[in-house]
Amino acid sequence: MTLLESRLDPASAVHDEIQLPGEPWTRVITAGQRLRIVDLEGLQAVDTLCYDAHDYENRYSAANTIRAQRNLFLTTGSELVSTEGDTLATIVADTCGHHDTVGGACSAESNTCRFGHHTRSMHNCRDNFLNGLSRHGMGKRDLAPNINFFMNVPVTVDGHLDIVDGISAPGAYVELRADRDVLFVISNCPQLNNPCNGWNPTPIRLLVWDAG
Amino acid sequence: MNPADTPPGADLLREEIIAAGGYWTRTLDRWQRLRITDVEGRQACSLLAYNADQPTERFNAPDTVKIQNQIFLTTGRVLFSDLGRVLFSIVDDTGGHHDALAGFGDSAVDAARYGTDTGTYRDLGNDFQRNARDNFVMALGRHGLGRRDLVMSFNPFARVRVAPEGALEWEPDAGRNGAAIELRAEMRVLVAISATPHVLDPDPRYQPGPLRVEIQTARAPGPDDACRTFSDEARRGFENTDDYWAQVSA
Repeated sequence: MTLLESRLDPASAVHDEIQLPGEPWTRVITAGQRLRIVDLEGLQAVDTLCYDAHDYENRYSAANTIRAQRNLFLTTGSELVSTEGDTLATIVADTCGHHDTVGGACSAESNTCRFGHHTRSMHNCRDNFLNGLSRHGMGKRDLAPNINFFMNVPVTVDGHLDIVDGISAPGAYVELRADRDVLFVISNCPQLNNPCNGWNPTPIRLLVWDAG
Repeated sequence: MNPADTPPGADLLREEIIAAGGYWTRTLDRWQRLRITDVEGRQACSLLAYNADQPTERFNAPDTVKIQNQIFLTTGRVLFSDLGRVLFSIVDDTGGHHDALAGFGDSAVDAARYGTDTGTYRDLGNDFQRNARDNFVMALGRHGLGRRDLVMSFNPFARVRVAPEGALEWEPDAGRNGAAIELRAEMRVLVAISATPHVLDPDPRYQPGPLRVEIQTARAPGPDDACRTFSDEARRGFENTDDYWAQVSA
């Protein structure tokens, strides 16, 4: 956990929007631009995928990211490494300090296993990803294990893993610098069956600054 | 025939050796069993698995560890697809340690570990230093799949510990000669294996070992099957799988 605040002023952002819970969001962040994701009300999981904007088959790899930093959790300084070994983006500021790489995205199908068949119709991040990817000509083959910003998934030494109460305070943020042109695909998580969103999915704020 | 009455070896359909550094791919029928043996205890094995009839459905490591609340998978546990169904059940495991989070290496990882001037075909012939990523691309290419389909692998025989703050630690000398894991396909499964060093193995020498793969005849699991009854989550995963199989086999 490495807490670091950003010096960037929201007033100088080139893009600033509120994203409601349960919605997909996609945008290309060009090389050198910075993307800040703000957990406005706290305890909100933000499921995130990234793709090389000029080669969608070169995409965020959870395993390569974990391997490169030899750690399961992301914080300031973490590099998001692609399937081809390239650094897509780097976390340059983080006031939460702890982000998940192994919990993946909720889906209708995994919800049936975890919480019961009656949850199949509930909204989920996998659907948001498919919706978001479709805007860029991509589909299910392009889904990859994702980042869960602000989600708390501790792993014990005996391997037990669980999604537990979050630690992000209202207004906590993570800021990423794109190290090449990167397509971000975000699902502001709608999960209601576990504490990943504090049992109450809430909006996030997305700001973009130009390089320099 | 009662399994207890089966003579030794009667179940064996095929046995092959994957050469050290090599790759292997095959489609398994539902309930066939794949037994992988780490002949020399080198822990050099990465595995990808797909629904053979619909390969967009594939092994999903996050769903597997999340649904089962456990990153260390052994007998009784299963490998989930990204559609809430079971690809493989782990029906036997004499090694006890397998990694599902660290992924697999590529040419850049291997160059950093073994040097950039070594390991070429020109210098070593067929003993050249193959890497897992390229092996998987070549294996999956046989099935019309490619780098777009590379996902997190299951790495049998590798022991990777997780420290309290999330740091990954390679457990040296955890490999055992002859350790074996047996996977039962729960649908038609396309499997690809790369016999290349684990991505966290710090050994500066490239020395994967051979793997023995044995395909055993399909045998229906009983009602008290350890994997099917392991947990409510697993039971529902098998319900999803059986429902799917009823559709495709009708």
